[in-house]
Amino acid sequence: MIRVMLPAHLRNLASVDGEVLVPVEGPVTQRTVIDALEACYPMLAGTIRDHVTQKRRPFVRFFACGQDLSHEPLDALLPEEVSGGREPYLIVGAMAGG
Amino acid sequence: MSRVRVLVGTRKGAFVLESDGKRQNWDVSGPHFGGWEIYHLKGSPADQNRLYASQSSGWFGQLIQRSDDGGKTWQPVGNKFAYDGVPGTHQWYDGTPHPWEFKRVWHLEPSLTDPDTVFAGVEDAALFKTTDGGQTWSELPGLRGHGSGPHWQPGAGGLCLHTILIDPSNATRMFVAISAAGAFRTVDGGTTWQPINRGLRSQGIPNEEAEVGHCVHRIAMHRSKPDVLFMQKHWDVMRSDNGGDSWTEVSGNLPTDFGFPIDVHAHEPETIYVVPIKSDSEHYPPDGKLRVYRSRTGGNEWEALTNGLPQRDCYVNVLRDAMSVDSLDSCGIYFGTSGGQVYGSADAGNTWSAIVRDLPPVVSVEAQTLKG
Repeated sequence: MIRVMLPAHLRNLASVDGEVLVPVEGPVTQRTVIDALEACYPMLAGTIRDHVTQKRRPFVRFFACGQDLSHEPLDALLPEEVSGGREPYLIVGAMAGG
Repeated sequence: MSRVRVLVGTRKGAFVLESDGKRQNWDVSGPHFGGWEIYHLKGSPADQNRLYASQSSGWFGQLIQRSDDGGKTWQPVGNKFAYDGVPGTHQWYDGTPHPWEFKRVWHLEPSLTDPDTVFAGVEDAALFKTTDGGQTWSELPGLRGHGSGPHWQPGAGGLCLHTILIDPSNATRMFVAISAAGAFRTVDGGTTWQPINRGLRSQGIPNEEAEVGHCVHRIAMHRSKPDVLFMQKHWDVMRSDNGGDSWTEVSGNLPTDFGFPIDVHAHEPETIYVVPIKSDSEHYPPDGKLRVYRSRTGGNEWEALTNGLPQRDCYVNVLRDAMSVDSLDSCGIYFGTSGGQVYGSADAGNTWSAIVRDLPPVVSVEAQTLKG
């Protein structure tokens, strides 16, 4: 299971507290984690990635293991700490608004 | 006994205001969806407890929420608004082609007869429809595709479809308005559309009387007279007596004919209301006085309604979807301001009081008259 931390507004939307655990079969990439997250919590579809383009929303960032993965390829493997469940994959609402 | 529910959308959440028929004491619930922009909420005329809300944010995009219990609880429903086929382009501010991109839902208009059918007006301007209570949405592509779509250009607030009117006598006839394209009509349930802007004149566009390109801010209709339409344009208050085939100006003695909302008394089809705003760059009332203007003659002759409204140092705005009427015997009228006040009048505008004063900036106000 992959640990995922959501921003507060999306935790409220999904009616969850704290981290969520999502099952990923096969390679653990940003795409497969988000696919699994949306499968578990369908109400999150469209909030992290645009429904049509499937691109990351501009004010959403992806972090793990102290790294900003927002501009990394979605199909690149995530660090072993994430795929092994020792570190969470962080979906973050970017600081914005001045 | 009848009750009234007022649905308020703000920049940071939704609020539900409820009162008995006297409309003196109000219960306020909210914020619902705190921190999110709520462009619009509206109840189904066919089921007073079925509500729909447009929820969006710059971070997480668009959501649609549905309530089946009058706003006590909500469930997210479908939020995929994909343009039909290859979306193509409209004009950007500089006149260059710009790809059609979905941004948000401005207005939700439930069917008059089916709680599961709702129309959604979106930015970039298009009309969507659900027939399954919001789970799935499909574009009615004939609007963008009728020919002038590639020439539409956004107004300062974006290229938004903000008004949807359904003819109560013929549900296949509908009217929509788009900033800054103009007004459009369908007579076949949304398959085909035609512009209905003859008689509009807009300074600042190359052809002041162009078929499209007018910044229509709002249209309103009384259910007993669906051929009579009232319009608050960027500048000018207009009326049509032939379902939009032609328009005539009825600004009359208004202190300024710029503004956003326009609405019609629930029982008097020729009594209409506007909120004059000083100008398109000064989005506040003239002279610091918040005045609703009422015409009992369908326009041209207007009276200022001031009793209970601030008459000094008031510099708020009232947005296009932020005025609504109830249908109790003594018609109630409500509007919300950019300063977070929601004002109500239980006597058709003669006297006003603030129901709430300190909400986030108000984007939309919808009144529901509840039975039982």
